[in-house]
Amino acid sequence: MKLYTKDHEWIAIDGDVATVGITTYAQEQLGDVVFVELPDVGKQLSKGGEAAVVESVKAASEVYAPLDGEVVEANAKLADDPGLVNLEPETGGWFVKMKLPAGTDTSELMDEAAYEAFVQTL
Amino acid sequence: MLNDKGRPTRPEAADEAPATASTFTGNRALDVEEALIFEIGRAEVTGVDLPTPKGAKSRLGAHARTTPIALPGLAEPEAVRHYVRLSRKNYSIDAGLYPLGSCTMKHNPRLNEKMARLPGFADVHPLQPTGTVEGALEVIADVGRWLIELTGMAACAMSPKAGAHGELAGMMAIKAALSARGSSKPVVLVPESAHGTNPATAALIGFEVKSVPARADGTVAAADVKAAIDDRVGAIMLTNPNTCGIFEPEVAEIAAAIHDAGGYFYADGANFNAIVGKVRPGDFGVDAMHINLHKTFSTPHGGGGPGAGPVVLSERLAAFAPLPFVRIEAGRPVLVEDPSQTRAGETPYGRLAAFHGQMGMFTRALAYMLSHGADGLRQASEDAVLSANYVRASLQDLMTVAFPDHPSMHEVLFDDRFLEGTGVTTLDFAKAMIDEGYHPMTMYFPLVVHGAMLIEPTESESKASLDLFVATLRDLVMGAKAGDAARFTQAPRFSPRRRLDETRAARAPKLKWEKPVAAE
Amino acid sequence: MRYLPLTESDRAEMLARIGVDTVDALYSDVPADELLDHLLDLPKAKGEMEVERIMGRMAAKNLTASAAPFFCGAGAYKHHVPATVDHLIQRSEFLTSYTPYQPEITQGTLQVLFEFQTQVANLTGMEVANASMYDGSTGAGEAVLMAHRVTKRRKAVVSGGLHPHYAEVIATLSAMASDEVARLAPNVGGDEDLLSAIDATTSCVVVQSPDVFGRIVDLKPIADAAHAVGALLIAVVTEVISLGAIEPPGARGADIVVCEGQSLGNPLGFGGPYVGLFAARSKYVRQMPGRLCGETVDAEGKRGFVLTLSTREQHIRREKATSNICTNAGLCATAFSIHLTLLGEAGLSRLAALNHEAACEVADALANLPGVEVLNDTFFNEFTVKLPVNAARLVEKLAKEEGILAGVPVSRLLPEAGLDDLLLVAVTECSTADDRAALVAAISEAL
Repeated sequence: MKLYTKDHEWIAIDGDVATVGITTYAQEQLGDVVFVELPDVGKQLSKGGEAAVVESVKAASEVYAPLDGEVVEANAKLADDPGLVNLEPETGGWFVKMKLPAGTDTSELMDEAAYEAFVQTL
Repeated sequence: MLNDKGRPTRPEAADEAPATASTFTGNRALDVEEALIFEIGRAEVTGVDLPTPKGAKSRLGAHARTTPIALPGLAEPEAVRHYVRLSRKNYSIDAGLYPLGSCTMKHNPRLNEKMARLPGFADVHPLQPTGTVEGALEVIADVGRWLIELTGMAACAMSPKAGAHGELAGMMAIKAALSARGSSKPVVLVPESAHGTNPATAALIGFEVKSVPARADGTVAAADVKAAIDDRVGAIMLTNPNTCGIFEPEVAEIAAAIHDAGGYFYADGANFNAIVGKVRPGDFGVDAMHINLHKTFSTPHGGGGPGAGPVVLSERLAAFAPLPFVRIEAGRPVLVEDPSQTRAGETPYGRLAAFHGQMGMFTRALAYMLSHGADGLRQASEDAVLSANYVRASLQDLMTVAFPDHPSMHEVLFDDRFLEGTGVTTLDFAKAMIDEGYHPMTMYFPLVVHGAMLIEPTESESKASLDLFVATLRDLVMGAKAGDAARFTQAPRFSPRRRLDETRAARAPKLKWEKPVAAE
Repeated sequence: MRYLPLTESDRAEMLARIGVDTVDALYSDVPADELLDHLLDLPKAKGEMEVERIMGRMAAKNLTASAAPFFCGAGAYKHHVPATVDHLIQRSEFLTSYTPYQPEITQGTLQVLFEFQTQVANLTGMEVANASMYDGSTGAGEAVLMAHRVTKRRKAVVSGGLHPHYAEVIATLSAMASDEVARLAPNVGGDEDLLSAIDATTSCVVVQSPDVFGRIVDLKPIADAAHAVGALLIAVVTEVISLGAIEPPGARGADIVVCEGQSLGNPLGFGGPYVGLFAARSKYVRQMPGRLCGETVDAEGKRGFVLTLSTREQHIRREKATSNICTNAGLCATAFSIHLTLLGEAGLSRLAALNHEAACEVADALANLPGVEVLNDTFFNEFTVKLPVNAARLVEKLAKEEGILAGVPVSRLLPEAGLDDLLLVAVTECSTADDRAALVAAISEAL
């Protein structure tokens, strides 16, 4: 199940683990990504709090946690190859995997069709 | 929130054969390729003749250097050639119009250089007995006196070393004044259109930054400021004339609002050069304002500094001015550099830098002030404003003025609506100006305008120079509209380097020269 | 006015195109009662000759370092700067260029900065250096803030050997930012117990070597103690030429090195502008303040240079920036780099040796005077002497009566510390044998 936020993050939920990254649209807006600062494994993220920072040459953006959860893995490949965020934003360029508490409510997130419609309005 | 200010930072491959292909050396006449000193220098070569040390007993203890430093040396002719060749790869105000909005690239008089090099100023130590440097202290006091009179303020702290450092000095005075009153007002209002140093400075000393929107006409509304003020707000930082090149029409009302709330008004003086001799910041309610001597008073920018950022303070803040300062007693300058030397009513909040400030910039600025006089300074402001509005009037039918409802001050702001549908961006347009022999204007600043182009011609340009500049921009706009996109997207084509790959520089930073591994 | 090219008829034509009658119409957003209707109370415009006369008179009131046997230091040093340096930095293209925002037409400035960064990194023994700071003292303040970002702690331990102005800059900045500073008492005897001031809340330890009293400090044990609790060692050098003779801080465990670079390429200038050198371990590069220049290629694949890693900076990060700094000391850094290129490694080593030798000679001669004690066991080109008289009064007297600038009394830097009998004496290659003999004779005479 793949969901989206208005901050242009995607969330792929598999069981109780959510993989989070930024969307194709977001990386196009940012331009060439040159650095991604990721949280440490074990860090508790709360919805809306800062989870990561993504930098292009001329811009820096915070990436906010779309849901509550604990970081179980950060994408180590981005340290050496931040360009993956541009090349494979919604696959190999993921940022973090987080473990969701039971009963996580995802109803505020958009599905793909809703996100595409949202992007059209921008 | 997604930051959408990204833009291409990796060039397309050049579509033409490199113009250097036809020379053996890779040079192009006057444009000579120059290697790094580490590639041409040798550790045993020196361009300075010194006597041979006698080899006396060392007092270095166990600390004598044992490892080589890896510093190349060049003989004097080699060094001269190296740096002269490098210099020729730079644009400069001496060589052409440099319309960087907000940066104020005006003529740098050489008299100022000569004055700064007088041994009586250049060859004196900051900690000599003060009785041996009264002339130097007089210069500091005099520059302060001019700035106080020109701004209508009560005091001037001379030690800040640059504009951003002056901001820090001024905001520290505000913080000191607030805490002297026992007041906890930790929030600073900063308009969206502000230069990035404003929020960075406030945050550096523990203020929380709260943003104030800019109106659709490029100005800040007093009503919006009043709405943002609550009992936690201790100050507002406002640039006036603002970063859109407009004098804030409601500035006095904004000042009154912040004062009524027990707060202070910090003015960013980056654009003071538009109003010198025309209106005094003290008269519109400013409590602290830094003055970029390298902008308004023409001390050279030097490829990125050194600058100088004295900060003028109102009656309400004067007591908190940092150390050191010069006090005039019985007509003679007295240097106050320690709390033990202060008098009643002087409560400096501390020290911002070693010694007394950017003396070499004070001498240059004083030479500039004396040369212009009160009359010349006012004329310079008027000419700067006149020139910016002339450029605007000459281009407004072809380029889109961002905020047409207000006259411009010393700089005119265009946005990129006029490029819509041409496939040419602000960046491309700027790079095409390089091929035409101009340094581009400030681009993508301020952030409140899409594809911003901020043009500041300054008072240093003749009408003929402005006319040629206007004609050039008009031709570029026509070219873009006529579909000649390659003239822009491939630009610059004639500069010492084509577009640089900034993505590569940032992804794998190479910040110093490393000896290449021998290719065996 | 000689700097203003527009004529009255130009102005009239320009106003006509704009469509206003007077330039004051362009100031219509200024409230009418605030627009000045008179000239301010300041002198009127002057020609070159007059300005030269006025400023020449002011300059003539000052006793210049070259006109006197000269022994002042304490963070600003008199060295000979080759004529080539001042000629080259007055090239229009260096002097009157802006920050290199358009790299295609500022490769000159950018390559100089890249060379400068490499020279600074090599000289300090560090992995990476920035494009310079305002000066050494502000660099030290920024280094403390950087250490706080790296360690996420907020307490700096400051050695009593740090130049008092530098310590005051750190204290002022820290007080404003509500950070803690533990500043040790003046380390006159070289026996301060820095290690026991370091604990698990320490972000950084700030140590100067040679320290303000001239003593060379062994940084290694301090670095080890700092690292043992996860703190950083910030090494400060106020006399950069010392690095030609002594082991660099990078080889002794420093994490950040801050230097005042004035000694190379830049005149005394009554305290500024100077140039701050700032170097660090490369793992901390993203927490560094200031401009960085990096190597890349252009669209034709040719090597070129750009400003890089600018997302640390205020124009992008605004209140989240690493610093509010948006310039370097470009031209002073250029002067530094040119002077060091002229010297090369051989020249720098020789220059350092000459400084050291001259200082040794004066120290030995002063130590032989009755009642005078040289406090240093080690030093480079500056040392502390303990006098049987008030040092400030002696300095005043020698300046006035003998035309000798004998040094900096410690009380000038620490007026309340009860160190009125201490004098800092700096001896550089600029002093002649006659100057040195004159100093010793004059002090001997005055005691």
